[in-house]
Amino acid sequence: MAPRFTSVQQVREGLRDVNYLADDGIAGVAFLADRLAKPILVEGPAGTGKTQLAKSIADMTGARLIRLQCYEGLDESKALYEWNYKKQLLRIQADKNSDGWSEIHDDIFSREFLLTRPLLEAISAPDPVVLLIDEVDRVEVETEALLLEILSEYQVSIPELGTITATQIPMVFLTSNNTRELSEALKRRCLYLHVDYPSMEREKEIVLTKVEGITENLADQVARIVRSIRQLDLKKSPSVSETLDWARTIMLLNIDTIDAQVAKDTLHVLLKYQTDIAKAAKELSVDLV
Amino acid sequence: MLDLLAGFVTELRNAGLPVSLTENLDAMEAVQHIPIEDRDAFKYALGATLVKNSAHWRSFETVFEVYFSMRGPEYKLVEGSEDELEQMWREMQEQMKQGDGRGSSGGMDALTPEEIAQMLMQALMNGDQALMRALAKQSVQRFAGMEPGRPVGGTYYLYRTLRNLDLEGMLQKLMDASRQEVGGELTALEERLEKDEYESRIEQFKKEIEAEIRRRLVADRGAEAMAKTLRKPLPEDVEFMHASRDEMQALKKSLYPLTRKLAARLARKRRHGRKGPLDFRNTVRHSLSYGGTPAEPKFKYPRPAKPELMVVADISGSVAAFARFTLMLVYAIQNQFSKVRSFVFIDGIDEVTDFFKGTEDISEAIHRVNTEADVVWVDGHSDYGHAFEVFWEKYGKDVGPKTTVLFLGDARNNYHASQAWVIKEIRQKARQVYWLNPEPRSYWNTGDSIVGEYGAHTDGTYECRNLRQLEAFVEKLV
Repeated sequence: MAPRFTSVQQVREGLRDVNYLADDGIAGVAFLADRLAKPILVEGPAGTGKTQLAKSIADMTGARLIRLQCYEGLDESKALYEWNYKKQLLRIQADKNSDGWSEIHDDIFSREFLLTRPLLEAISAPDPVVLLIDEVDRVEVETEALLLEILSEYQVSIPELGTITATQIPMVFLTSNNTRELSEALKRRCLYLHVDYPSMEREKEIVLTKVEGITENLADQVARIVRSIRQLDLKKSPSVSETLDWARTIMLLNIDTIDAQVAKDTLHVLLKYQTDIAKAAKELSVDLV
Repeated sequence: MLDLLAGFVTELRNAGLPVSLTENLDAMEAVQHIPIEDRDAFKYALGATLVKNSAHWRSFETVFEVYFSMRGPEYKLVEGSEDELEQMWREMQEQMKQGDGRGSSGGMDALTPEEIAQMLMQALMNGDQALMRALAKQSVQRFAGMEPGRPVGGTYYLYRTLRNLDLEGMLQKLMDASRQEVGGELTALEERLEKDEYESRIEQFKKEIEAEIRRRLVADRGAEAMAKTLRKPLPEDVEFMHASRDEMQALKKSLYPLTRKLAARLARKRRHGRKGPLDFRNTVRHSLSYGGTPAEPKFKYPRPAKPELMVVADISGSVAAFARFTLMLVYAIQNQFSKVRSFVFIDGIDEVTDFFKGTEDISEAIHRVNTEADVVWVDGHSDYGHAFEVFWEKYGKDVGPKTTVLFLGDARNNYHASQAWVIKEIRQKARQVYWLNPEPRSYWNTGDSIVGEYGAHTDGTYECRNLRQLEAFVEKLV
């Protein structure tokens, strides 16, 4: 299969075209994932664009995005495949008189009666797809094992049907908020990408591309204040999406320069804990002469 | 190349990173797809395949710097190849000459220290990366006084260089300059922002210097020897009692995600524990839909009792850091306990539960513990015996069959009376009694340490030197 990307640079520019500002690390790992045909495990604080990365890659390559949202209690029948037993029953009843048993048996365990779930769908799809397995840290350790076969071999074994192998190798993204340590087996099969809060320059660019009509000056101020806030010892640092919300709020309020008062009044958009807000408000106006 | 990578991976393993064979092979394959002259891409290729935990990234970076630092084109040590930088340098000087009508001729080497300081300020003001790098190089060459073959660590040279540069003063000057630029006072917010900006630039400059020193050391001694001296324990292996300030910071940072993980795991464990006993009423009720046959047995929802916890911590100088971390950890997962009470002592004892009540900010509470708790009785040297005696008198009645009592300390009692009977009494009343000791096991019961005497009356004494051990213990506790 032909590789999707020709160079790291191309990935980066492609992502930029769909309004995702990648840094070297992100673009580099995406490029490698394509070349090595390996899934990417994206880890990092909430709201730093992990899920968005998968969406943007899908957007950029013109692929369909198939998403599997993980949660506790996710099982095979919701992630991989399920037999459509109602249809199977109907089939048996319809043929009650005619065929022999073995024929029906072979028949009801065929593709026609298989309900594909996201994982199976991703590898049996004829068109290019991007598979996003979101918040993989939410499933139990045992359920992780479900993913292993598809992640390393790009195939799904169905006892009654045999093995279904991918017609084309999809790009796979797994995201994790790091609420628990993922198993070694899973990690080993993936490329690891840690997405942290962006540098100030990158954040400014993100604000500039994502918030319409914002002036360069204001974006700069936003990025700088957010950086200062992130340096504080907070329960929850503001994420990129919160930065964007804040920038939009300020735009809506028709403010063109942020002073201490404005910052104080709108802090609740950035920070979600009362103690954090109090701390940041205090810190941002401490050096009063 | 292959040899180099193999050496690199070996060093990573030596530094404590778990690198499996498949990951190693992946890395080998990955680098083939990357243009070898692109150093950043090379680094990310190795990082993505070899490092699977963000906490290990720093260790990886250090080893990477050592092994591959001299191979980038922009890092040649030979003076002749620095034409570009020299060129830029001259331009800068031209500007300065025009500016104040003086200046020196020749390359960088001819500058006086004052001029270097001047240039540095300029570079920091404008955030000029290339100039900063050049200056880092120059100042290391000039101030560090590096001698080939001298067996001192990089930190020594770093200290020498930084002492000559006076970066603290530089920050002040930069602030003054930006105040002047605006022409008057900055608002508090602006001031703060400017300061953060300059601080981050200075931090960057420090990193340049560090990298430069490392490059030179590697050139002098070779990568393997260098990597050995730079080897640092991973955050979860740092010992509480010997952590440096930076390591302490790193520890603090890794504590929060750790508690979150721990809480999630414990909650899950609680929920997914074995099924409770048969719920007779419920089973009979459901049997009605099967015509009175109890076909579907129902079980009671298991509700394992949450333990009540009493933490008694020594907060004298030697073990303060350890007590702090344990308290932080315990309070971060306090919803796993039905009640948490904490006591701190040196030679007197004081209850500090209230400090943690009603505040979400644990570090703030810890700060109050350190400053406000009344823990000194006579001289402020640990006296476990007296502290325990008072504990028994005042709070002994609160210890009940549901209580787990946790003692934290090195049991270095300064040869006072041990009063170990208190522990014995407590154990008889309490559900469990544990002792956590931050000292390595081999030091126990040496000198004035009497942990054995206390330990005999507990349900277990545990060595708890680093986060990894602490985490393992807490999980066992709940």
